[in-house]
Order: sequence, then C-alpha cells, then structure tokens
Amino acid sequence: MEQTNRNQDHHPEEQLPDIGDTERWGSLLTGGAMVLLGLKQRSLRGALMALAGGSLAYHGARGQKSLTAQISNQIANQVGEAVGLDQSIRVEKTVTIQNRSPEELYSFWRNFENLPIFMRHLQSVTVLDQTRSHWVAQAPLGQTVEWDAAIVTEQDNRLIAWSSEAGAEIDHSGFVRFQPAPPGRGTEVKVVMEYSPPVGLVGVTIAKFLGEEPEQQIGDDLRCFKMLMEAGEIATTEGQPAAR
Amino acid sequence: MKAVCWHGAMDIRVDTVPDPTLLNPQDAIIKITSTAICGSDIHIYDGFIPSMQPGDIVGHEFMGEVVEVGRAVKRLQPGDRVVVPFPIACGHCFFCQRDLWSLCDNSNPNAALAEKLYGHSPAALFGYSHLFGGYAGGQAEYARVPFADVGPIKIPDGLTDDQVLFLSDILPTGYMAAENCNIQPGDVVAVWGCGPVGQFAIKSAFLLGAERVIAIDRIPERLKMAQTYGGAELINYEEVDPGEALKEMTGGRGPDACIDAVGMEAHGMGLEGWYDKVKQAVRLETDRPNVLRQAIVACRKGGTVSLAGVYGGFLDKVPMGAAFNKGLTLKMGQTHVHRYLQPLLKRIQTRALDPSGIITHHLPLEQAAHGYDIFKEKKDNCIKVVLKP
Repeated sequence: MEQTNRNQDHHPEEQLPDIGDTERWGSLLTGGAMVLLGLKQRSLRGALMALAGGSLAYHGARGQKSLTAQISNQIANQVGEAVGLDQSIRVEKTVTIQNRSPEELYSFWRNFENLPIFMRHLQSVTVLDQTRSHWVAQAPLGQTVEWDAAIVTEQDNRLIAWSSEAGAEIDHSGFVRFQPAPPGRGTEVKVVMEYSPPVGLVGVTIAKFLGEEPEQQIGDDLRCFKMLMEAGEIATTEGQPAAR
Repeated sequence: MKAVCWHGAMDIRVDTVPDPTLLNPQDAIIKITSTAICGSDIHIYDGFIPSMQPGDIVGHEFMGEVVEVGRAVKRLQPGDRVVVPFPIACGHCFFCQRDLWSLCDNSNPNAALAEKLYGHSPAALFGYSHLFGGYAGGQAEYARVPFADVGPIKIPDGLTDDQVLFLSDILPTGYMAAENCNIQPGDVVAVWGCGPVGQFAIKSAFLLGAERVIAIDRIPERLKMAQTYGGAELINYEEVDPGEALKEMTGGRGPDACIDAVGMEAHGMGLEGWYDKVKQAVRLETDRPNVLRQAIVACRKGGTVSLAGVYGGFLDKVPMGAAFNKGLTLKMGQTHVHRYLQPLLKRIQTRALDPSGIITHHLPLEQAAHGYDIFKEKKDNCIKVVLKP
C-alpha cells in the first residue's frame, strides 16, 4: 500500500478513484479475509480498477499500461452495474504451496503461456505484449471461446490482476495473489475470479460451461498448479487399464 | 495382461486388460511376482466402499520387478526387486516431509471428490476406489507405480517374496497401530481382531515393550495363531463378554491401550449387532463400529485407543461420553507405510519378525475369486491369501 499511495501522489491529474477507495480495496485484496465476502455488492472488476488507480502510475512510469483500455473497461463496467447485470459467477479459492517462494510461483504464473499446463479447460494463451494476452478456452460440444485480456494491475512477486478487454465475448476479471504463509509453511496462492456471461446463445453456453462447477474447476486448476510446483508432475490415471 | 477386476458386490473376476504404460515422468512399471488380498479389500468386495466403478483393477499389497521407468526416475532401474507401499506419496509436500505419507497432498487426481466427503483429500491408494484416486491396483501381472523414486523399497538378495511382501501394507499397519499406543513398561494391550493386521499388531506390541497382549476374536484358528504366532492371551467374544473379561484379566484397571484391528465391518453380537447391520444395509450408517464401542468402554482411564481397521464414513452410537470422561487418546489413520519400510525390513533381516508366518494360502492369480471367497467367509482356515501372477 505504501507504494500505491506514493505513486498516486505523483499523478494527481489522472481520473482515478480516490485514495480511500484504493486503500480499502487494496487491503481487501491483499489481506487475510475472504475477498468475496468483503466485496459484497461491488464487482471484482470495480475493486481491481480501484486498486489499479493506485498502481497505474507504477505501470505508467514503466510504459506498460494501456490507459485507454482501462478506462473503456471502467465505463463498460459502470454501465453494466447501472443496468443491474449482476448475474456474475464469482469464485475464490486458495491453496498453499510448500517449498516455493512467492517469487518462483509468480514468475511461473506471470508467463501466461504456462497456464494451460495446469488449467485444463484452457487451450492456449498467447502473450501479445507486456500487458495484453489472447486466451482460448474449450467450451462444450467442441466449441471454443476466445477473448483478449489485459493486466489491470500487478505487484511484482505478489499480485497479478487481469480483466477481459472491452468488447470481449466474455466479461471476465480476476486476480492471483502470492503471499508467504507462516514460516516453514510455503506460499499461499489465492485466485479470485468473476465472469459475467453475455446474453444470447453464446452466453448461455458459456454460462453453462462456467457454471457447472466453477468453484471446483478453479480448485482443480489450483491443485494442479500445486502438484506441478511441489511434486513436479500432475497426478493422473488417464490412460490406465481397466476392464470396461 | 491378466488383472483382478471388481464388477460389483461379491463379483470379482480375472479379466484380460491392456498392459499399463508410463503416464507421468516419475512412473515405473512393475512386473508383479506376489500380491495379496487384504482385509480392506473385503470392504470393496462387499460393496461398502463408495466410488468403485465396474472394471476397476483392485489390490494394494504387491511386489515385483521393475521393468520400465519414466524419464524422471533416478533411483530405480529395470531389474530392481521392490515392494510397493499402498499409499501413493509425492515425497515433497508438507505431509510427506513430515513423515505423514498417507496424507500426501499431490497424489490424488480426484481430490475434489475426497474433499467433499472428508474436508481434505488424503493420499491416493492403489486399487481402492475413485475417492482415493482411482489408480489401477496390484492384483495383476503388471502395475504402474507413480513417484517410483519415493515409494518402492529395494529388496536385498536372500529374502523371499513371502518374507517381505507384507511391508506393502499389513505389517506396517499392525506396527503403526502398536506404535500409536505409546506403550510403556508394564502395559497390557488388547487387540480386537486376529486377522493379519491383528497378528502383526500383537507381534509389534511385544516388540515395543508390552508386558501382556490380549487378543479378541471368535474364529478358532485365528485365536490359535494369536497364541502360537503372537504369544497373546485369548478372549473368544462368543463365549464371554470381552469388556468383563478384560477387566478381570487386568485387575479391574482395563487394558492400557486398545487396538481396533477390525474396522467398519465388525461383527456385532445380539441386539447391537442387528442394529448396525440393519442401519448399514439401508445406508443409515456406513460403518459398524461395534469394536470401537467396546474398545472405548474397556480401555483404562487415560489410555489409548488405536484404530488400524479401516473406517470410511459415518458411525452411530459411539460412546463419546466414555471417551471424553475417561480422558482417552484416540489415534488413527491410514498407515504411513513409507516411514516403516526400512526399520521393518531390518527387523525381517535380523529375524526379529517373520511375516510369512501368517500365510495360509498361495493361489494362482486366476483363482482370485476363490481367494476372496475363502478369505471373506473364513473357509478352509483361511487367514491370508497370496496370489501369484
């Protein structure tokens, strides 16, 4: 938080949420409580934007941030909230990974092209530039869903927050957070995600796909990440013999 | 290859299935030379273990020769003769590093299923339902063994299969049950169930310094083995109430520690036995805890009740009041087999233990269904069946 406040001071001209808001969401996202409980009616995207408000300058200074994308997302989000599109699916899952520092886990995850190794529903992620990436996920009946996502805010070795870009087929945002557990207990990895499926047939399909067991899906993904990071491989029985 | 497959309650068949292949970099393929039927396989046989699928290969007590290893396997080589522990453990997680191998975080691909039932997932087990990972078991000609550098123990020359096979499960299980009793000089230990695990629990209790061991069963040949093989005093619970008898045999104190080597399918007597049988049959309770109830009531104040027999689900009428007000310690869990492999192999090498003494039947793998039948029904004085692929 120290960092975000300082940066905020350096860029008073930007149209961003006030410091109180930034601090509030910042501590929610990085604290020990359940994030979704704290969010209540607020959208995750909104909270991430608020947090980004504090750290935008941090990216701005490094020339990594597409501010236009940010703001258009923010507008889309506000419109969505105004018309009461609160049909979103929200998931929060945490796993502890032994013998790995936040730095190691962050750097593996930060290369988004690694994600399909342990996120089974993802077909591919292509990194487009420092903050933008293209995601392809498997959907039912052999279909795929594709969208572009951008990093909303990030803190090195600690937090990566992303959001689908305006106009994407799927409105999606989330963050992953890496925090040291108590001494000797590894690193706690928390993922919080929110999907707002679009209306129409595609939306229904996606909602069904995501809605089947979103908690379990994210839980499984995180467990596979843990297996890969701790044990070096993901446990499987696919392809073993049976009399059937 | 030929493999023993479960097709439903009381329906065990030897089927021809594809040979296993390496699926992960740390896998090995074992050509099985000996594999046993475990008392806990009888829970599967009877249809009491949820999440079995018809066609699943069963069996978790096996040993053999390494024939193939994955690219990340460093310690094992083709040709090595190994015994395989029944829990599958990664060797790296919080639990493996604390010697709690049967609680491994990283071996169960169906962990989400187990979490729904238990809150957290224990380690995967070979051939023991999809709740515990759905891994093909070891009652077969070949088995795929994950984390091959972590689990299997190499067996030195000069020891027969029969001497070391039970390192895979029942010997460490009996030993851990006794170790969990925290046996002090002068202690009297009571062991319910004189099946294979009970026999090893009796032996282990003496090895760990028990003054006396009292064994409880109703099957004459099992009681006899407890006396001749283990050196225990006996209670036949069909002839006498074990609670009363234990009190009389321990000067009114009760045993210092009680081992339940029976578990979820205990045979109850009288009204209580019927109560549990009916409730279990209509699935109002999943486990029949007669032995646990008796052990809690019999145990001396401040003593330990150690559970080696398997429990899977929900119990009814467990006397928590007695356990609480007598300040008992309850210890339990799937065996951390990896922890005991080296120390128990040493005891076998020094002839302090001869686990082969409990084997009553050697059968070819093809006769597995017969083996299950005689073991479950205690026909032909059956106590332990070893299958030869």
